[in-house]
Amino acid sequence: MHSLFQFFRIIDLAGMSRYRWILALLAIFYSSLSICTASIVRPISESHRSAALELFVPVDESFGSLENTYEALRTLEILGLEKTYDISRATCKAVLETLGSSPSITKDLFYALKVNGILKCQIEAINFEGIASNMLAVLKNANSLPDFYYSIGSLLLIKKHGFEVILPDSDGAFHSIKALSQSDGRWRYDSNGAESSTYAAGMALEALAGIVFLADSEVDQSMIGVVKNDIVKLFDIIKSYNDGTLYFNDKYVHSSDYKSPLEISAAVVRGVTSFAEVSSGKLNIPGNKILGLAKFFLSIGVPGSSKDLFHQIESLSCLENNRIYIPLVISLPGTVLSLTSRDQLKVDVTTVFGAAAPPLSVKLVQAFNSNSEGKPIIENQELHFDKENSIHYLDIASLKMDVGKYKLIFEVSLHNLEDESKYATGGLTSFSAFFTGSIKIDKGELAILNSDGGSAETIEKLDLSKDSFLSLSANHLQKFRLSFQLTTPLGHTFKPHQVFLKLRHETKVEHLFVIDSSARQYKLILDFLGLVEKFYYLSGKYDIELTVGDATMENSFLRTLGFVELDLPEPPEKAAQPPPQPADPYLRYGPKQEISHIFRAPEKRPPKELSLAFLALTFLPLIGFIIGLTKLGVNLKLFPSSPGPAAFSILFHAGIAAVLLLYGLFWLKLDLFTALKALCFLGPFLVFVGHRTLSHLASTSAKLKSS
Amino acid sequence: MAKSTSSDVLTLIRSLRSAYAATPTNLKVVYMGIVGSFPFNSFLSGVLSCVGTAVLAVCLRIQVNKENKEFKDLPPERAFADFVLCNLVLHLVIMNFLG
Repeated sequence: MHSLFQFFRIIDLAGMSRYRWILALLAIFYSSLSICTASIVRPISESHRSAALELFVPVDESFGSLENTYEALRTLEILGLEKTYDISRATCKAVLETLGSSPSITKDLFYALKVNGILKCQIEAINFEGIASNMLAVLKNANSLPDFYYSIGSLLLIKKHGFEVILPDSDGAFHSIKALSQSDGRWRYDSNGAESSTYAAGMALEALAGIVFLADSEVDQSMIGVVKNDIVKLFDIIKSYNDGTLYFNDKYVHSSDYKSPLEISAAVVRGVTSFAEVSSGKLNIPGNKILGLAKFFLSIGVPGSSKDLFHQIESLSCLENNRIYIPLVISLPGTVLSLTSRDQLKVDVTTVFGAAAPPLSVKLVQAFNSNSEGKPIIENQELHFDKENSIHYLDIASLKMDVGKYKLIFEVSLHNLEDESKYATGGLTSFSAFFTGSIKIDKGELAILNSDGGSAETIEKLDLSKDSFLSLSANHLQKFRLSFQLTTPLGHTFKPHQVFLKLRHETKVEHLFVIDSSARQYKLILDFLGLVEKFYYLSGKYDIELTVGDATMENSFLRTLGFVELDLPEPPEKAAQPPPQPADPYLRYGPKQEISHIFRAPEKRPPKELSLAFLALTFLPLIGFIIGLTKLGVNLKLFPSSPGPAAFSILFHAGIAAVLLLYGLFWLKLDLFTALKALCFLGPFLVFVGHRTLSHLASTSAKLKSS
Repeated sequence: MAKSTSSDVLTLIRSLRSAYAATPTNLKVVYMGIVGSFPFNSFLSGVLSCVGTAVLAVCLRIQVNKENKEFKDLPPERAFADFVLCNLVLHLVIMNFLG
């Protein structure tokens, strides 16, 4: 692994602006290669347990519906984590409620019984006889597959609780379910539905297995034989991925009842294994198909959803212990092996849950170099067995293998003949592995050549295994030559994926050159005369950086060799300008520039005292006016004395006051529309009372005049 | 007799009011000269309110003055009603403009 890290570090360090995308692609390519080989199935491990604890977390002592609760409890039970949560109090309450109320939906009852089977709630309180007779009635009238499935499943669970359940007409029920099967091994949900489905086949097989288990008398063996034949046909329509994993899937017309391949495969595995459990004789399914299914479930890795995890774990537990074939999984704990530290090639053969396999031996049948397919490098090497760790191993130092990527093909052979019919090992299994080692770099040389036939101006020896610093100088009529050799631990020429030379000018303008290999050595000749334009006529100091990197090279490096002082001619008029250098990409992650908001500068205001002084001054005339008024005395002689006109004139004054008050409010808080609306009422009122008052005054004065 | 007294009092009050109304205008202008014209609409509405009130008061006085033969047929009550109405309209506009 070490060399891989180093390799990626080089990619990271070689942050060359315009070649970065190439490097990124390379990085993705190699990382995908290494992941692909590393992700080849591993048995269920601690990561599944921790994922289960993360995905199944009870809220208020409950996992939600009874179906979800069953899935959670079953998964945790299989993984040996059933003691993690104590949810029995709340869940048992729900279970007893469901079982006590004899619900119309048999599905709820089915899951309640399943949960009860795990939690073992107070079974004395449950009327199992009543539920059983209920279920028998449902079964009698059932005409769709889910009805059969849930009623038979419930009866089976009641029987497992220790109550006697007798299925009166088992042959009839068997026939009714069998009637729904199709010629290709799939099943229909009910007799009216034309669509056949693989998921239904899984359900039907489980229901049939239940009938055989519950039957009071032996079920007709010929019928069981027919169903076995159906199962074989069902396995003929199994689908496969490129990596050899097998799964079941359905074509869907309606998206509403979509089921994922995982769900469908899980249903089939449940059905087939439970049918194999109850039927006598062996099912005629090839071990490879069982192994392919097991690999499909394992290749999912650690699922992200609780449903997926349940289906994966439950179907693997069905496969772990079945009567057809028990799949044995071959896995490599490490696919990157270092020749320097003399790693061992280890092979693990276990069941899907990582339990020990029966006595067996593992043979490395062939090993190919991925670059040169054809002749195998190694043939028929038996692996040693380490009894303590129950692991098969081989010392790679003894294999005389060079660095590189290899395709390894293993074969597992069981020691006992009777195990052959019990376990599926899958014949040959291939893996790819990286053998890494330290690469020797020698004959390093850096030279400045004159253009006249190549006489050397300066020649510097380079020891690329350690840091050194050279200072060279050259002009545009000279050439630059770099050469070195790379040899593998076995003395072969090594061709790394990345061999780059980078020249960087003081102004950060960079130029990248790929170094080609020719006749066992890497050589690069730069003719500065042809490069002046590419260098933008920039004279001065150029740093020399050399990158040599490969996934299998443990000592990959990115090293500054020194600098070369270049003397290039003056640029002509129309010479291209060097492109602007992009900003440091890491700046993107730095703090952003602070945004400064620009507000309108507040207007200059006078000092408060001055404003107040002027306010007082404006009030002075008013005070003078009031004083004058008091001096004169208010003349109310003309105020009408009779009650009618007096009331009008009071109203008139009040109206004026009201309007002024309204103006005040308008200024303070009301808007124009509210003020105008109020004015609409006040105005006519004021006009009316004002007219009455003033006309009264006018008539009295007219009377006076006339008199 | 009563009429003339009342008219005198009325005239006196009006003249005082007119003087009062005009005084803040001068004050406003002085104030603005000192501190600048930042809330210009306030200043403008203040000045216009004072000037408007003064103009209306002058109009009232012209109309109620007996010596002006022009308005002989116009009763002072009618003039007063006009004055009140005009003031109300003027101040509605001023308030709106004052912001």
